[in-house]
Amino acid sequence: MSALPEKTTADTSPTTTINFGPQHPAAHGVLRLVLDLDGEVVTRVDPHIGLLHRGTEKLMEYKTYLQATPYLDRLDYVCPMNQEHAFVLAVERLLGVEVPKRAQYIRVLFCEMGRILNHLLNVTTQALDVGALTPPLWGFEDREKLMVFYERASGARLHANYFRTGGVHQDVTPQLLEDIHEWCRQFPKTLDDIEGLLTENRIFKQRNVDIGKISRADAEMWGMTGVMLRSAGVHWDLRRNQPYECYNELEFRIPIGKNGDNYDRYLMRMDEMREATKLMIQCIEKMPSGPALAQDKKITPPRRSEMKTSMEALIHHFKLFTEGYHVPHGEAYAAVEAPKGEFGVYLVADGTNKPYRVKLRAPSYAHLQAMDYMCKGHMVADVSAVLGSLDIVFGEVDR
Amino acid sequence: MPDSLNDLASEISASLAGAALEHDISRGELTLCVDAGKIVSVMRTLRDDPRFEFKLLIDICGVDYPQREKRFDVVYHLLSITRNRRLRVKLQADEATAVASIVEVYPAANWFEREVFDLYGVSFSDHPDLRRILTDYGFSGHPLRKDFPLTGFVEVRYDDEVKRVVYAPVQLQQAFREFDFMSPWEGAQYILPGDEKATETKK
Repeated sequence: MSALPEKTTADTSPTTTINFGPQHPAAHGVLRLVLDLDGEVVTRVDPHIGLLHRGTEKLMEYKTYLQATPYLDRLDYVCPMNQEHAFVLAVERLLGVEVPKRAQYIRVLFCEMGRILNHLLNVTTQALDVGALTPPLWGFEDREKLMVFYERASGARLHANYFRTGGVHQDVTPQLLEDIHEWCRQFPKTLDDIEGLLTENRIFKQRNVDIGKISRADAEMWGMTGVMLRSAGVHWDLRRNQPYECYNELEFRIPIGKNGDNYDRYLMRMDEMREATKLMIQCIEKMPSGPALAQDKKITPPRRSEMKTSMEALIHHFKLFTEGYHVPHGEAYAAVEAPKGEFGVYLVADGTNKPYRVKLRAPSYAHLQAMDYMCKGHMVADVSAVLGSLDIVFGEVDR
Repeated sequence: MPDSLNDLASEISASLAGAALEHDISRGELTLCVDAGKIVSVMRTLRDDPRFEFKLLIDICGVDYPQREKRFDVVYHLLSITRNRRLRVKLQADEATAVASIVEVYPAANWFEREVFDLYGVSFSDHPDLRRILTDYGFSGHPLRKDFPLTGFVEVRYDDEVKRVVYAPVQLQQAFREFDFMSPWEGAQYILPGDEKATETKK
């Protein structure tokens, strides 16, 4: 046993290095953090990501535009349709397709539903990270109801693949809209219940107030968007500042934070859910009648009934589902206000039926790299609180 | 404040003093091609000049054009909150020469540059921590290059005999198939079987 190395100066330094994850319940997926600790104080955080890397961008280069859409669901699987939205917007910009009004309202309806799906998961698991078990149980009940709506519209609870270039795959039924409306009426009660558990909860406040604080300059420096940026008091929401679809026809408030800490972000997310519920109600009430998919025969498939009688419809159907449509040469960047921040798709098209390059700009990716900055000087127990508040989903970080 | 994208483009080109090579406005998006050697000063001007204020770096990504001499595009997306403007900055790079890192201007560039390095093999000089980020520990190659096969070179599996995960060359049960849906009347690039005389008759 004499081969033990002599103690170097490094060994006597107070720094301890520990490994957090990749299989840790508070890591929100497969995150591995290498933490340098001085006692219980964090001095460095080195996130190792990529454990869920599936090469989505590469795979999309080998698929037609229609076949590429399902990959978007698998990025941020907590709010799948918001991702699809950015992709179809990019394709539509290159193609110059006009989306019918009804389709726009349906899209906004389901995107706001996605926002609630996301915030319900995030707020309640953030509470779980700091020790509360009940909120997730209550929140997930309503997530389940929302997923049933997803299923009734698209046929799938999670990976909806519902948005298409030029609209949505199928129109929604009046019964579904009625049921969503009914749900929207009772949902604020659930939010009140969750808020009753958390907002004035002493432990929850002790764990979140003044933790993970960022200023406007910090948020800009780290390329933060969405709730993270707004928590630092910046008035910036793509739905308001760069409106897409029918957002400028709807009324909604945008919660802005004051202190830029975890607790502000929690309050903002709760508020955003209330606003999203109002937006959903507005969408249902204002939804015009008409087609839910553009009538451009070269881009959107014909109805089945048409195919029974029209030779041309049959040819179009065959061509669209084998070759697919060709997107003209060019590039476009389309961004949406996803629940986590700005989700963008940078699309380079070369005139063929497959994208030449798709870059998916995930908000969590930018947020996660600020972990080191935000956790420095905090206690080790705060790491999971900050992580919960950043709102990370590994599907979109690792792509 | 510049009113239209055209004004903005000319103002930016004027203030960048020759670093901007060309600009393009299409579909309401402004793209600026810049000299790769001057990227850091370009970014600093775009961030700090009160006329532009592109404070947010949204994204950096690579695009591969293998047929070009400088095969990579590095594309930066910037956002100005105060001016409500977006800007795309592009530069060309190759494998051999490093692009100057903009981490000192935008700290957010750190991971985005690591990603471009990982997936395309474009290296960035003066980057504080240029490691791979998305691919596996010990991965070799740059998967988003056009000459990297979709199926990759190695696959992992758990080997029960050695009781650990092992890497083995990819074995496909079925050869990788890439369908070509180009229809002959839209102009296939090759001569279709039986269609050899099609070009002759045109003469």
